[in-house]
Amino acid sequence: MSILVSPTTKLLVQGITGSFGARHTQLSLEYGTQVVAGVTPGKGGQLFEKKVPIFDTVAEAVKATGATASAIFVPPPFAGDAILEGVDAGLDLVVCITEGIPVNDMVKVRRAMDGRKTRLIGPNCPGIVTPGTGRDSIGGCRIGIAPGYIHKKGNIGVVSRSGTLTYEAVWQLTSRGVGQSTCVGIGGDPVNCTSHLDVLKMFNDDPETHGIIMIGEIGGSAEEEAAAWIKKNCRKPVAGFIAGATAPPGRRMGHAGAIVSGGKGTAAAKIAAFREAGIGIAETPTVMAETLLKMM
Amino acid sequence: MNIHEFQAKQLLAKYGVAVPPGDVCSTAEQAKALADRLFAAGEKVVVVKSQIHAGGRGKGMFKSGFKGGVKLCKSADEVFENARAMLGNVLVTKQTGPDGRLVSKLLVAGAPPIKKEFYLAVLLDRASSRPLMMVSREGGVDIEEVAEKNPDAIVKETIDPAVGLMPYQARKLAAALGLTGDLISPAVKLFLGVYKTWWECDASMVEINPLCIIEGADGKDTLSAVDAKVSIDDNALFRHKEIHAMRDLGEEAPLEIEASKFNLNYIKLDGNIACLVNGAGLAMATMDIIQHYGGKPANFLDVGGGASKEQVTAAFKIILSDPNVKGIMVNIFGGIMQCDTIATGIVAAVRETNLHLPLVIRLEGNNVTLGKKILQESKLPLTPADTMADAAQKIVAAVKK
Repeated sequence: MSILVSPTTKLLVQGITGSFGARHTQLSLEYGTQVVAGVTPGKGGQLFEKKVPIFDTVAEAVKATGATASAIFVPPPFAGDAILEGVDAGLDLVVCITEGIPVNDMVKVRRAMDGRKTRLIGPNCPGIVTPGTGRDSIGGCRIGIAPGYIHKKGNIGVVSRSGTLTYEAVWQLTSRGVGQSTCVGIGGDPVNCTSHLDVLKMFNDDPETHGIIMIGEIGGSAEEEAAAWIKKNCRKPVAGFIAGATAPPGRRMGHAGAIVSGGKGTAAAKIAAFREAGIGIAETPTVMAETLLKMM
Repeated sequence: MNIHEFQAKQLLAKYGVAVPPGDVCSTAEQAKALADRLFAAGEKVVVVKSQIHAGGRGKGMFKSGFKGGVKLCKSADEVFENARAMLGNVLVTKQTGPDGRLVSKLLVAGAPPIKKEFYLAVLLDRASSRPLMMVSREGGVDIEEVAEKNPDAIVKETIDPAVGLMPYQARKLAAALGLTGDLISPAVKLFLGVYKTWWECDASMVEINPLCIIEGADGKDTLSAVDAKVSIDDNALFRHKEIHAMRDLGEEAPLEIEASKFNLNYIKLDGNIACLVNGAGLAMATMDIIQHYGGKPANFLDVGGGASKEQVTAAFKIILSDPNVKGIMVNIFGGIMQCDTIATGIVAAVRETNLHLPLVIRLEGNNVTLGKKILQESKLPLTPADTMADAAQKIVAAVKK
């Protein structure tokens, strides 16, 4: 088992013909991901890389291929619309990679998704990887932009707001011969639709996940909420790292959501919440895997 | 993106928010002419306000020795004198840092007697992913202090984005401020206008502090947004050309402007160890680990996922134009990017910039062996590192020498 996606998940890609979307769809195909359709309005009827059929709408793609998940690579002004098109088509999972979507667009999208069954991961995220059993973990499901080869199939769940820090944690695990069940990048925007807590609950319920690495950063209070839940409910060891202890207040550190404002969202407060919840604290990002493995 | 007070008030006025009459100017003569008009229209006091993107202007001090970036004046001549003392001079406030900011524009506006001050703001509530309007009876003061010492004094109303701020919510907030009778209607109009400004302009924050009860022209009490601060969501600027045109490059750090030309995310800090990293989270973590081992980061710098040779070269140039920098730590996790491509870019950039400071490089990921070989064979005086911790310790030690 794994969470959210498995090697049999049928994926469609919205924005498959853009350069970024095309490149990463190619990498996902090489990883063994079941990419069954692409969507680019106006290019319906064509084939991507001579094998993946392209449709004008998500609804058509779902009807023809049975896809249940989508990866979105469309530019920021159109991304909100693309997410809701996926929701409308009844997809189980939409993963939005696009960075730079206006915050109010996401406020509207969140509101429009109330009561709908679709789970949205992102936006502004690296995506999800459930590693496979082949060489370099090939044969798994890779949705998004993470490098596939750094993974290894196993029993650690990784959840993070940041892309490269996720890779860092995954690589530390794999280098020690420890594999991952699923790695989820929830994204660095102030409005996202799947929180650390949502993913932790899934890892907690997944029999194949034995331990969890949670990576957070300054801004908001999602890490604190997750920590409070872990203290009461989590049956598995969790190690955590928070980035941004040295970030000056009031400045956005690259990610739109990474900002300490009004004294809220500091690294110190998040680390204190982690400690209070019994989460193993990685003092530096170099020891994320080591911290978890010591607890197991 | 931050905008000036006068620009914020222009936007607010467009959405029906009552603001004191006034206009912006850039010479003392223009200030006097504006004041003449305001006095002729019946204003008894006119205020001259320095336009910089920083708070604490009233208590600020000009480097010339002139005190106060905001002055109340009873005559047009007084306006002229104050304007002359402010324009072209550098104002230092508790928010500007010791360098201060050059004042090149003034807002000249009517300043009716204030009977009561409140606080009003709209921002995104991250917990609910919805807009939030908050008010407080304690206006004109630092709201963060109020939030800490007297949180009950702040009243909040969460807004459903599908319908926007409803009039009943505005009435609830007015009641929370103790506004009754003839003040309810102007309060509702003002609150709805402030929300509309926030929503339609894609603001990340609209703050009215103070929101004041003043005596209107007809002698009756009314409300006015006496000071206003608006910041706009950078991601939404593409659909607001008029607001984008309000960007004042004079208010931004020159190195940060230069970095944005190359799609680099650079923030200058006050340490002496520069860092060059791919990814925002990793960049923050790199600053943290430098500090963890006793160093001080000179900047945040995210070169993005691509990290092309041009970007890396531009990044080195920007880092090197900070005179405080005594050493550089490069931390790249080559996920999709090949480490050899990145190494080639670094070698070219080091040669082009004629770098002579200690340089520690940590490469990890795709083709890392080839990447390290390229660095080694370059014969450049750089130090390779295996992990982030190793790199941080090496650069901290090199800078201390």
